[in-house]
Amino acid sequence: MPGLLEGAVLTAEITVLGAVLAVFMALIAALAKLYGPLPIRWLSTTYIEIFRGTSALVQLFWLYFVLPQFGIFLDAFLVAVLALGLNIGAYGAEVVRGAIVSVARGQWEASIALNMSRAQMLRRIILPQAFTAMIPPWGNLFIELVKSTSLVSLITLADLTFKAQQMNQSTLKTVPVFTLVLLIYLAISLTVTIAMRLLEQRASKGLTRGRVA
Amino acid sequence: MWDWTFTFEILPVLARAAIMTVEATALGFVIAATLGLVLASIRLAFPTAGVVVTVLVELIRSTPLLIQIFFLYFVLPKAGIVLDAFTAGVAAIGVHYAAYCSEVYRAGFENVPRGQWEASIALNLSPWNTFKDIILPQALPPVVPALGNYLIALFKETPLLSAIAVLELMQTAKNIGSETFRYTEPVTLVGVFFLVMSLVSAGIVRILESWLQRR
Repeated sequence: MPGLLEGAVLTAEITVLGAVLAVFMALIAALAKLYGPLPIRWLSTTYIEIFRGTSALVQLFWLYFVLPQFGIFLDAFLVAVLALGLNIGAYGAEVVRGAIVSVARGQWEASIALNMSRAQMLRRIILPQAFTAMIPPWGNLFIELVKSTSLVSLITLADLTFKAQQMNQSTLKTVPVFTLVLLIYLAISLTVTIAMRLLEQRASKGLTRGRVA
Repeated sequence: MWDWTFTFEILPVLARAAIMTVEATALGFVIAATLGLVLASIRLAFPTAGVVVTVLVELIRSTPLLIQIFFLYFVLPKAGIVLDAFTAGVAAIGVHYAAYCSEVYRAGFENVPRGQWEASIALNLSPWNTFKDIILPQALPPVVPALGNYLIALFKETPLLSAIAVLELMQTAKNIGSETFRYTEPVTLVGVFFLVMSLVSAGIVRILESWLQRR
């Protein structure tokens, strides 16, 4: 059990750092795809399609085994955060883009009528409204992220899955070990779900107040 | 950096492994699509048993597929069921995606207007006939695009089978890598293969979608 908890802490660390990177990449890629000059737009589309079109495990292996051959050595933890963050970020970019595009047409027109610059319009009017629409799909993506952290065990990081395999081999208590691990993952996923639901409630409350006032 | 001779040397080996990947995808999806439909139907027909299905679906959806593969591969033999790695892996992938597909089917069922059920009762159709002849034909076509997305997602998860040493693409690439100490070509080729297949499948799903809409 303490061994499993140690693994769970590493799993949580990778999840949190991966999530931060994913949100960051998603915002940049979405804004670049929507408003960037043509080459930047192509670049962000390429990033999104490559990371959505190939398997997360392939990306993990590519960063871990192929980059060193080009002289870039990253330790396994950094590779894990990078690969998972970039992977989920690519999916997130489409979520962000969808949310920005779905903000009511009139809001854009009103901002133009008020003579706002594009940066002002995005920061003050569009993004706050898009943010509310983004929360539920981001919740799903974070759950995906929690689940894909189990892949890092395959590049020998001692996360929850890795500890489980180790314990299975040393104790041969297969059924309790794997059942316990499934329950720990379930607990982590449920925590994320509940946190996102609270965030959703707070965000939509703010929006309604804004509309009434 | 990139060795073309080596690339052409390993290409046939990887192509053979690609067939294994496609097989695993096809079998896994057949399990997912049928089992998903069964799960959704149980929920529809028996609300009490439906609670069990709901809990099961949530449990499967919120835990990692890799752990589920290990679970089937290591735990089932304890119960006297010994599966070879390929079968265990494909079954795990199939069951995992069945949980997602069952939600898709459920949405499809909820889309069929209430009046269709009432009309079937008025026509004195048995519940089974209502389900088979009236509800299913209306519920299925709208969910095809969503199922298509899960087919692509399932395909991209097949490299996980390499964790239990099934000789699919990823495992083959790893083997080549550990024999020749060259990972650049094999791992990149696997990535390219997945990218091409995903883009092609996404295109096919889109065409199917617009074809269904036009009907």
